[in-house]
Amino acid sequence: MSVASADRTSEPNHAKRVLVVWAVASVIATPLVAIFVGPLFPPGNGTEQSREQGLSNTWMVSVLTPVACLLLVFFVYALTQFRHDGGAIIDGPPLRNENRIQVVWVAASAVIVLFFAGFGTYELLQNGSGGGQGPSPIAVPGGHKLQVQVIGQQWTFTYRYPSYGGLETPQLVVPADTLIELHVTSLDVIHSFWAYELGVKADANPGVDNIAFVKTKGPRSFHIHCAELCGLWHGYMFETGRVVPQAQFASWIAQQQQTFAPVAKYLPAYATTYSPDPQRRAG
Amino acid sequence: MRPTWWKLAGVAAFVAAAGVLIGLYVSKLSTDAGSSAYTVPVQMSGGHPVVNLTLETVAAVGPKLSPGHPDFVSYLIRDSKGNWRRSTVWRLPANATIHVTIYNFDGASGLRNPLFARPQGVDGNTMVVDGKSLAVLNPDDASHTFAVAQYGLVVPIAPVPDDAKHPCDFAPCALSSDHRTIQFTFHTGAKGHYRWQCLVPCAAGWIYGFGGPMQTIGYMDGFLDVA
Repeated sequence: MSVASADRTSEPNHAKRVLVVWAVASVIATPLVAIFVGPLFPPGNGTEQSREQGLSNTWMVSVLTPVACLLLVFFVYALTQFRHDGGAIIDGPPLRNENRIQVVWVAASAVIVLFFAGFGTYELLQNGSGGGQGPSPIAVPGGHKLQVQVIGQQWTFTYRYPSYGGLETPQLVVPADTLIELHVTSLDVIHSFWAYELGVKADANPGVDNIAFVKTKGPRSFHIHCAELCGLWHGYMFETGRVVPQAQFASWIAQQQQTFAPVAKYLPAYATTYSPDPQRRAG
Repeated sequence: MRPTWWKLAGVAAFVAAAGVLIGLYVSKLSTDAGSSAYTVPVQMSGGHPVVNLTLETVAAVGPKLSPGHPDFVSYLIRDSKGNWRRSTVWRLPANATIHVTIYNFDGASGLRNPLFARPQGVDGNTMVVDGKSLAVLNPDDASHTFAVAQYGLVVPIAPVPDDAKHPCDFAPCALSSDHRTIQFTFHTGAKGHYRWQCLVPCAAGWIYGFGGPMQTIGYMDGFLDVA
């Protein structure tokens, strides 16, 4: 027996050790992450869409937990077991190709990626997951919808309610337990309407009707930000919207119609996009 | 080994110093952005702070007040000595009543969104233009607006007619030139840093009328430092 063969036989089975520790760590960590960390993931549970996004985040992290465990276990194992203890530094054994590891690695990666591709596609096709789908959405949830138009302009958002005579207001208020059909557009540069707790994010492009759907739950407030760098006051382009009970929404609409009655005659007829260049604009 | 530790300490110190300088620069940008703040005099009425804020809007700020950009459209503020200053960062008291008078010497540009032709966020949701109370202005006639998004405040500014006999070419403009007078009242709330802007695309010659002075603190945008 050669010296090299003797060294090899005296080595413990490192792969078996790593796999056992990894399996135990994964079995313990994965449910813990899914049960205790998952509910903490953004954007919360304010709407059906935000709940689904949180669920997607939980799934992703749950699947990735065993991968992270494998990396950490191997990292710690390598640091402790393959540590150089002093003495002369000599070459280690040569690295050889190991087909089984490569096959498992590629196959596992492919399964994970394809799983998420399928999962994400399924989620998107349910109702668009709160994202802008352009003017011809392919994921349209069924049922009655309240249309609300979001109009971006430097540097604020305004909102139109076509089912209430094209009323336009500077605040976004929507009724609880209602499916909202958002039509997002811009009067000038590219903005992005991001209602974080609602799980909605849709680009606001001039001349484009970008449609997104969101199903509200109970009353709450939510933050609105512009998510597209749009000029000097982009960082200040934020406000607070509200989901209110349906009766309160009706009274709010009536109050807004009264407040903005003087300007109603000057508003353009409701349209999905606008060409708003003022006739006398200087620029 | 020692030289290595000295090198590491030097790099760490340099990075820390650079971080502090960048932080200070960004802080300065996000507060005053280069425009010196003006503390508006406060009067007390029945124990309640009251401020008279007098502004003027001009088509061109002129070489005296802005040698680098004499052709910029601009807001100006009148100080306690009656002089017009090019400052758009104003210190105001919290929970105060602010009476605003704006003398406008500029013509019409027109609003991109007609909604802002309706005064909002001011007492009675009305403004007084040349002594007459108005609940709305024709959006095509808007010369500028004074808007504070965080207060929900928007007031459109009525224009000087195109055929004005005595227009003012450069600021500071005297009240003997043709002008419109716009008055309204609003109330400050809690302490804070509130940005204001013009919503009319009035920056002639700039892309979409919204470049240059519309995106430079000190002309058509600024802050209310409410303290």
